[in-house]
Amino acid sequence: MAYDKFEILKSTAVPLPIENVDTDQIIPARFLKATERKGFGDNLFRDWRYNPDNTLKEDFVLNNPIYKGKILIGGKNFGSGSSREHAAWAVYDYGFRCVVSSFFADIFRGNCLNIGVLPVQVSPAFLNKIFKAVEINPATEIEVNLPNQTITLLDSGENELFEINDYKKQNMLNGYDDIDYLTKMKEEIKDFEKTRPF
Amino acid sequence: MGTTLFDKVWDSHVVRKIKNGPDVFFIDRHLIHEVTSPVAFLGLKSRNNTVLYPNKTFATADHNTPTINQHLPVEDPLSSNQLKALEENSAEWGIPHWGLGHQNNGIVHVIGPENGITLPGATIVCGDSHTSTHGAFGAIAFGIGTSEVEMVLSSQCIMQPKPKKMRINIDGNLGLAVTPKDVALFIISKLTTSGATGYFVEYAGEVFKNMTMEGRMTVCNLSIEMGARGGIIAPDEKTYEYIKGRLYTPKGEDWNLAMKYWKTLKTDVDAVFDKELTFSANEIEPMITYGTNPGMGTGISNTIPNAEEVEGGAITYKKSLNYMGFEEGDTMIGKKVDYVFLGSCTNGRIEDFRAFASIVKGRKKATNITAWLVPGSHIVETKIKEEGLLAIITEAGFELRQPGCSACLAMNDDKVPAGKLAVSTSNRNFEGRQGPGSRTLLASPLVAAATAVTGVVTDPRTLL
Repeated sequence: MAYDKFEILKSTAVPLPIENVDTDQIIPARFLKATERKGFGDNLFRDWRYNPDNTLKEDFVLNNPIYKGKILIGGKNFGSGSSREHAAWAVYDYGFRCVVSSFFADIFRGNCLNIGVLPVQVSPAFLNKIFKAVEINPATEIEVNLPNQTITLLDSGENELFEINDYKKQNMLNGYDDIDYLTKMKEEIKDFEKTRPF
Repeated sequence: MGTTLFDKVWDSHVVRKIKNGPDVFFIDRHLIHEVTSPVAFLGLKSRNNTVLYPNKTFATADHNTPTINQHLPVEDPLSSNQLKALEENSAEWGIPHWGLGHQNNGIVHVIGPENGITLPGATIVCGDSHTSTHGAFGAIAFGIGTSEVEMVLSSQCIMQPKPKKMRINIDGNLGLAVTPKDVALFIISKLTTSGATGYFVEYAGEVFKNMTMEGRMTVCNLSIEMGARGGIIAPDEKTYEYIKGRLYTPKGEDWNLAMKYWKTLKTDVDAVFDKELTFSANEIEPMITYGTNPGMGTGISNTIPNAEEVEGGAITYKKSLNYMGFEEGDTMIGKKVDYVFLGSCTNGRIEDFRAFASIVKGRKKATNITAWLVPGSHIVETKIKEEGLLAIITEAGFELRQPGCSACLAMNDDKVPAGKLAVSTSNRNFEGRQGPGSRTLLASPLVAAATAVTGVVTDPRTLL
C-alpha cells in the first residue's frame, strides 16, 4: 500500500544502544497471527517493554517519558533475523518514521523502505555522537533531510551524509511504491515469462 | 573474465535494469504460508490486482500448525483464522494449497525440494527468511517481506538490488560427529550475524561436494543467520539424483532439456568474488551456541569466551549472557537441560532423524528432558516409519509428533517455558524465540540426541 511522503523530518529521538536487535525482539512471533495490518505498535519490543504480568518494565527506554519522538536510534546490525515485515509495521505503527543505525540487516532495511520508514545508516562514530547527544540532552532535536540525504544534530550542527539509491529516494519522496511501478510493466513481464524454461 | 554461478542465475532473471536503482527481478517459484501472506492478499484486492501466475505459486500451512491431533480443528482462534485465510485465498486465486492433513503438507522449505518445486537455476522467494534453504540446489532463493509477497502475487517480480558475491571454501574431511549443522554454526561464529550482510554466498570445496542434499540444505538454510541474502551450491549428480521423478520435476524431453541447462550452472574458474574466505574442515568440531544470536557459538568442548574476544559491544554481550544465565569462562558440556527439540526447516529432514536415532539406539531418554521430535513433512514422517527409525526412538522413550515449524518459533503450542533451557536443532536462539523467557542452545541432531539421553549438554563423540 502506498504510504505517507517523506521529505524532512525534525524530531527528538529514542535511543536503544544495543547491537544485533533482531526482529523477534521488535515483534515476537506470537503476535504475528493477525490477518490484517493493524495494531502492531502495541506489541513493539513486547518482551523488553512489558513484564510477563503486562506491567511496564520501567527501565526500558520506550517506557521512559523523557525519550520520545519519531526517530529510533539502534545499535549495529539492527533488524537481523526473521523476514517478518510485521517488525517494520510495528515500528511504523508505534509512530517512528525513521530508524538510525550504523548497520542494518538487509531484509529489514528493504521492508522499511517498502512501507515508508526511512532507514538511515550512519558511521559508527556519528552513531556514537547521536547516542551521546541524546543521553546528555533527551530533548536533542535531529533533522533527517531526505532530499539532501543529510542527518543533523540541530544543537551542534554536526551532520553526516547518508546513502539511498535514487529509485528508493524518489519513491519515499513521492509516497509511491514498487507495486505501482511493477503493475505498469505487466506486459513486459509477460513477454519475459515466455522465455523462461520453467 | 568468467562469471559466477550466482551471476548466471541472477542475470538471466532481470526483466529490466533501473539506473541507480534495483533490478526488476523475475521469480520462477513463489512459496507462501499462512503468516506472511494474508495482508499481501488484502493489498492485492485493495489495488484491484490479480494473481498473475497462480501455477508458479504454492501454498502450505506450517508456522501455526499443532504437532498433535492434526485431525481435530485448530484450537487457537487466531491460528485457525490465518490457516483459513490461506485456504480461502488459495482457492479464490487457483493456487495449489497443501493445508493441514494434506499428504504433501509440511514446512515450506522441506516440501519445496521434496516435491520438485525447487529446481537448479530457478529463482525462489517466500515470506520467510529461511528460503535460503533452496540454494542447495543451485537456485537463487531468499526471504522477502509481505509487501514483496504482494508484488510477486501481482507481477511475479520484485525490485531487488543485486547483492555482492562471497565464496566460502572448505576443503578436507569433517571429523567424527561433525555434521553440516556444525559447519554452518562454525562459519556463523567466524563471520558473526552481520558478516555476510549485503552478500550472496557460494559454498565451495570438498566439504560441500561430499555433503548430502539434506546437509547442503541445512548449510544454505543458515546463510541468513550470518546476514547473507542467501547461499548457493552448484548443482551436481547428487542434485539431479535427488530431484528426479518428484511431483513437479520436469519429465521426459523437458528433463533432458533442463539437464542441458543445469549442467551450465557452475562458477567459471576465472570468475572473481567480492570476498572470498577459506577454512579447513579440521578446524570444526561439534558446535553449540551459548548466547542469544546464532553467531554466539563455539566448539562444544570450549568455554564461553570473554567479552574482549568477541565482536559486538560489551553491553550487548553482557545482556546476552545475563539472559542465558551463563558467565564468561563457563563450560558448556554438563549444563543441565530441560528441553530437546529436533525439527524445523534446518534439521527436520530424514537425515536428521537418522542421526538422532543413531545415538539414542539402545539408550533411554533422560528423565529430566522433555523432547519434541517433529518431522519437517509428512513425507519425512513416512520415511521415519519405513526405515525403522520410529521403532528405535520409541524404544528409547521418545514420541514422534506431527509435521510443522513447531518449537522453532513457538507460534503453536510447543513453547519452551520461561527460564527453561533447550537444546534445539532449529536456527535461532534469540531471546524468547521458543517461548517468552525461554533459553536456547543451537546444536546438531547428534548433540541434541546425546543431550536427550544424558540430560546435560553432551559431546556426541563420547557416545559413538
